[in-house]
Amino acid sequence: MAIVVDQDTRLVVQGLTGSEGRFHGLRNRNYGTNVVAGVTPGKGGQDVEGIPVYNTVAETVDHAGANTSLIFVPARFAADAVYEAVDAGIGTVIVITEHIPAHEMLRVYTYVRPKGITMIGPNCPGVLSPGKTNVGIIPAEVFAEGAIGLVSRSGTLTYQIGYELVQLGLGNSSIVGIGGDPVPGSSFIDVLEKFEADSQTELVVMVGEIGGNEEEKAAEFIRDRMSKPVLAYIAGFTAPPGKTMGHAGAIISGSSGTAQAKKEALEACGVRVGTTPTEVAQLVADAVGARA
Amino acid sequence: MDLYEYQGKELFKRFGIPVSEGRLATTPDEARAAAAELGGQVVVKAQVLTGGRGKAGGIKLANDPDDARAKAEQILGLDIRGHVVRRLWIERASEIAKEYYLSLTFDRGAKRPLFMFTTEGGIDIEEVAESTPEKLVRLHVDPFEGFQPWQARRLIFGAEVDDPNEQKQILSIVGKLYEAFVATDAMLTEINPLIVTPEGKVKALDSKFTVDDAALFRHPDVAEMRDLDAVPPEERAAREKGVTYVKLDGEVGILGNGAGLVMSTLDVIALAGGRPANFCDLGGGGDAEGVVDALGVITADPQVKSIFFNVFGGITRCDEVARGILAALDRMTIEHPIVVRLDGTNAEQGREILQEASPPNLHVEPTMLDAARRAVELAS
Repeated sequence: MAIVVDQDTRLVVQGLTGSEGRFHGLRNRNYGTNVVAGVTPGKGGQDVEGIPVYNTVAETVDHAGANTSLIFVPARFAADAVYEAVDAGIGTVIVITEHIPAHEMLRVYTYVRPKGITMIGPNCPGVLSPGKTNVGIIPAEVFAEGAIGLVSRSGTLTYQIGYELVQLGLGNSSIVGIGGDPVPGSSFIDVLEKFEADSQTELVVMVGEIGGNEEEKAAEFIRDRMSKPVLAYIAGFTAPPGKTMGHAGAIISGSSGTAQAKKEALEACGVRVGTTPTEVAQLVADAVGARA
Repeated sequence: MDLYEYQGKELFKRFGIPVSEGRLATTPDEARAAAAELGGQVVVKAQVLTGGRGKAGGIKLANDPDDARAKAEQILGLDIRGHVVRRLWIERASEIAKEYYLSLTFDRGAKRPLFMFTTEGGIDIEEVAESTPEKLVRLHVDPFEGFQPWQARRLIFGAEVDDPNEQKQILSIVGKLYEAFVATDAMLTEINPLIVTPEGKVKALDSKFTVDDAALFRHPDVAEMRDLDAVPPEERAAREKGVTYVKLDGEVGILGNGAGLVMSTLDVIALAGGRPANFCDLGGGGDAEGVVDALGVITADPQVKSIFFNVFGGITRCDEVARGILAALDRMTIEHPIVVRLDGTNAEQGREILQEASPPNLHVEPTMLDAARRAVELAS
């Protein structure tokens, strides 16, 4: 099965004619993703190596059957791009764009949420379901297909863990980068819920970092609502308060959002937290071995 | 981006929230002149981007211009929690009958703006929240509904403000605070204390104001308020070069790709018994240009004794990263020992390229933990 994206994904890339959109859109297609269209206002009728470009998302739904959108447009136009995709009837929206103003995202989130649409990101690497489809900028060559679900606020850290899993002979059902912004379209809980329901996924690795309280909320969700085992990693134990650590959302405000508090909350709910990415991969191997 | 008290008050004033009249001063003479202009008793307030100014001796009452000059002399140059006082806000002194608290913050958890109001102002709000939570009224606002007067009434009646004259003024201030919060893309606006004078006038005696960095492009006037002198010189240089860098207080310089991986690298250095000197994220790529800029910023910190270069090669493969590192080292002289860990796509080739070139100060380690131990060892 896999989650969020799979062989039924029909992808439209908003911003396909830009350098990032083109590079990753074509990479996604080479991986096997069904990239059915691109959107760049004013460039309708053109194509990018055979992928037709339209002026509006609505046309890609009508003429190319798009059901998932990947957004690469610049930050100041990104909210508009999400509204356009949602209003055109797109069911899954994945936003790679970084530096979207938080207030803008607050309104987007409030608008999108009640519609039951799956929104991933912004400021995220996308979603990869190995062996099926890749939507975003995740280096698919690092991962293998398997039974481990991976959900993370960080890109490279996720690749590191996925790579170590491959070294141990393990693969992933889906890798979901929920992004490093203060207002992500999907939270850990949203993604954990999907992994719990996914027949391919046997165990989930959750990679968190400082800032906010989504890891704490996820800890309770795991304890109360999940039958599948979950292992975790948290980055930022040495981060000082009040400083943004690369990701807009990675900031300790006052005494809230520390890595230590997240680790304690997870452990109190029975979730093991590895000290290094390598240890997390080893814990996964041990857990899967123990279950086999 | 955090604003100084006087900058926050300038924004309050712009949106119609009452504040006391004041002047900015950076020398004792300017403080004297400001006090003379304002007339009467004034308060000399240190402008620093941290709390606890009062306890640290950063806020003093002055009776006349000469006294203001003397107080300014005492406060300028004070070190308050690592922040040196370079600016003073000289404000007409206010008589205080009551101290309330009002804030509007960006609640990430609830994904809504959050109003908090209490009549127990003037003290740390976390303390109020803990000891007398029933006195703290909290109210979320739907971002599409926006501010409605009923919300202010909920706050006012919830906190049991009885005086109709006060109620009227606070109602107006709550609405204006929401307007300021949204119009400036604020992440936090706090008035503590919101005072009532003996004559019954309500006004903001202090301000805390944080604006979303990602939205500064549409607020050039706010972006200009950034005090570059308050930023560590390394961070200023990094900002100019477009390098994502945070100065920390250790000996091992850190360079990596991706925010999460770099945070993890800092943690691993601590696990290995060392202290990271900085956070530095190269972003996705590993081209020579970016590496040169980042290494330049990291080595400008005199505390740095060794450098840990931690890269995961994804789309940018490790062999490309290795060539980038060598090209960067060709273009600059670095005396520090550098420990490199490469993992991911083509990691083996990348390590070989580095080992073949083998600059004398370059050490290649296979894992994050090994590399961290080596970097810590080389820093001691």
